[in-house]
Amino acid sequence: MTAELHEELTDPHADQLDHGAASSRPLKSRISEPQPRGAKIRGNRPVDQSEAANRFMAATEHEAMHDARLWDLRQKRDKEMHGIEEWEELRDLASGIKEHTLSKLDYYLELFEKNATANGIKVHWAKDGAEHNAIVLDILRSRGVELLIKSKSMLTEECGFREFMAKNNVEVIETDLGERIQQLDDEAPSHVVVPAVHKLRTDVASVFAKTIGSDPDNADAHYLTECQREATRPLILSAQAGMTGGNFVVAETGTFVVCTNEGNADLSANTPPLHIASIGIEKLIPGLDDLAVFIRLLSRSALGSPITQYTSHFRGPREGSEMHVVLVDNGRSERLGMEKFWPGLKCIRCGACMNTCPVFRRSGGLSYGATYAGPIGLIIDPTFNVHKYRNLPYSSTMNGSCTNVCPVKINIHEQIADWRRTLAGDGEISPVKKVMMKAAGEVLASPVVYRASLPLGRSALRHLPHFMLYNKLNTWGRKRDIPETPKQTFNEWYRKNRKQPGEGEKS
Amino acid sequence: MSGSREAILGAIRKNHVQGERARPAVPLFDQAAPFDLKALFQRSLERMGGRMLTPDATDPMAPVRQAIVKPGPVLSCVPEFEGDMKITPQTKPTDIAPVEYAVLRAAFGVAETGSLCFTEKQLHVNTTGFLPQHLVILLDPAQIVYNLHNAYQRPEWTQAHYAVFQSGPSATADIEGVLVHGAQGVRSLSVLFHPAS
Repeated sequence: MTAELHEELTDPHADQLDHGAASSRPLKSRISEPQPRGAKIRGNRPVDQSEAANRFMAATEHEAMHDARLWDLRQKRDKEMHGIEEWEELRDLASGIKEHTLSKLDYYLELFEKNATANGIKVHWAKDGAEHNAIVLDILRSRGVELLIKSKSMLTEECGFREFMAKNNVEVIETDLGERIQQLDDEAPSHVVVPAVHKLRTDVASVFAKTIGSDPDNADAHYLTECQREATRPLILSAQAGMTGGNFVVAETGTFVVCTNEGNADLSANTPPLHIASIGIEKLIPGLDDLAVFIRLLSRSALGSPITQYTSHFRGPREGSEMHVVLVDNGRSERLGMEKFWPGLKCIRCGACMNTCPVFRRSGGLSYGATYAGPIGLIIDPTFNVHKYRNLPYSSTMNGSCTNVCPVKINIHEQIADWRRTLAGDGEISPVKKVMMKAAGEVLASPVVYRASLPLGRSALRHLPHFMLYNKLNTWGRKRDIPETPKQTFNEWYRKNRKQPGEGEKS
Repeated sequence: MSGSREAILGAIRKNHVQGERARPAVPLFDQAAPFDLKALFQRSLERMGGRMLTPDATDPMAPVRQAIVKPGPVLSCVPEFEGDMKITPQTKPTDIAPVEYAVLRAAFGVAETGSLCFTEKQLHVNTTGFLPQHLVILLDPAQIVYNLHNAYQRPEWTQAHYAVFQSGPSATADIEGVLVHGAQGVRSLSVLFHPAS
């Protein structure tokens, strides 16, 4: 395939811009290197995130690009934040609006249903992924649809939608560039906003060469993007149905809102005669005043861009077409009743917690082996399958940065700690951790044993040969230097410097 | 499925552990709004990859003609400009695909983000906003609001079935963060301040 390079593609003016997901400085990869694949999935067995993370880190070019790219997004976010005086007030409002809506979710769902139905939208309810897929297939079959164009939706990833449709002979074409790359490579998205961020340009060139016939030796991002545009456009024009997700659902007006940078949701929704939107029940907000708060926060938090290029509001079908909304529960109503974990439902899927997380940036989203990766994944994934994702809450340094950047103020790092407690209480803990925790528990339970152990540990840290500290059992030693240990413990220092004569020591 | 509707609502009612939380009032945050919103709109639009055309007092449509530099059909949805194509009641969404330039009028603009709002009233056929290669847009400076809070006070949201904010052209940076305009939608977006007649 030869893609004509339009002059807009080489516009020097564009080099100075960093809107959308663009990086604020060039981050071109230097070498080509085989792409590390994600976590090995073995049925219901617990996912080993650190095994996959080690393979990602061993691919140094991938790791360096991933880390630099996401940290750049985090820095862009900070810059935007500093430009808005009321930023913290907006975060408080966003959190408050979501908590209010979740506390009356039944009321707002019924209100949305009533208003949307009055405007000609057909509203469906699905209790899980399987029911969602069956509802959509039924709509498509009854209208003879064989080709469906689709914009990005994490919910349909949750539902295993593409695999289901493939088995039922409906061709599904993802129209977001990153999502299309992942679809053509038969790989899940690694990030909620930038699905192919773990791939280098050379990885994309090799996927496109195999699947859409691009030049395998041309890894220019402009060329590859143009190839995808030209390959996808005829499919957009011939599809019989379009599908989108929904970022926000406004109950009082019966509107659902979709945010994209490529305009692919608008094309998917407006070109074919049938539009189906799959939306999680937690996406509800009350009114348009509330919507303003979220539109101001979403893209700024996600990418450090003031707004997405396209913010699309659907309130009813256009003349001569059909519009369906499938409201999907898939575990959400159950999560609403979890005392410690319900605030996770406030999430607006901006990915800011992923961009800031040192573990995510170094290990890649596919290492989590779950639909949701990064800090938000650590607290959502176990609600889907507590056994399979029991190791994930340990993939965190507990630095709290995720909580600090979250636009809806989810207490992510506290929930990670709560999950560790909950999992240990449920016996969902790996054998190695169990032994270590037991030993640590015995030492920490007795002040005498604890104090006696400290100088030993300190001396050991100082004198043990490198290989004994940085080995396979000590996962914290990997890719990390342990800080210099102090010469005395705090207690020793206190006794020498501050302790008044006659003060006893309790033990 | 109707059984699921009741099951979901029932589960929600059973699981309301948070008690009822008050709905916050959202301020407009517009005390710092400048008197002239045009300059802020222009800065924001350019930040998002859009371009401003320089008005011409003697020949108001000259900037639009000058912005049309590539061969191909020009579709006009505004009375001020004569194109090669017009929307008719028979026009289908896919008929817009060959269009090189579409000339549209925005319902209003948002200075904070450089956004342009279109509804089916301005687009006639919704794909007019996305299938052409390029857009040239007329915006009445009197129809610029300061920020998104003000924007959502407008009447369009409860009148139209479809409404979109376009903020610059279609863009992607999914490959190594390299910004590319024209991922799926329009490759360029130019705006001319021009009062509605």
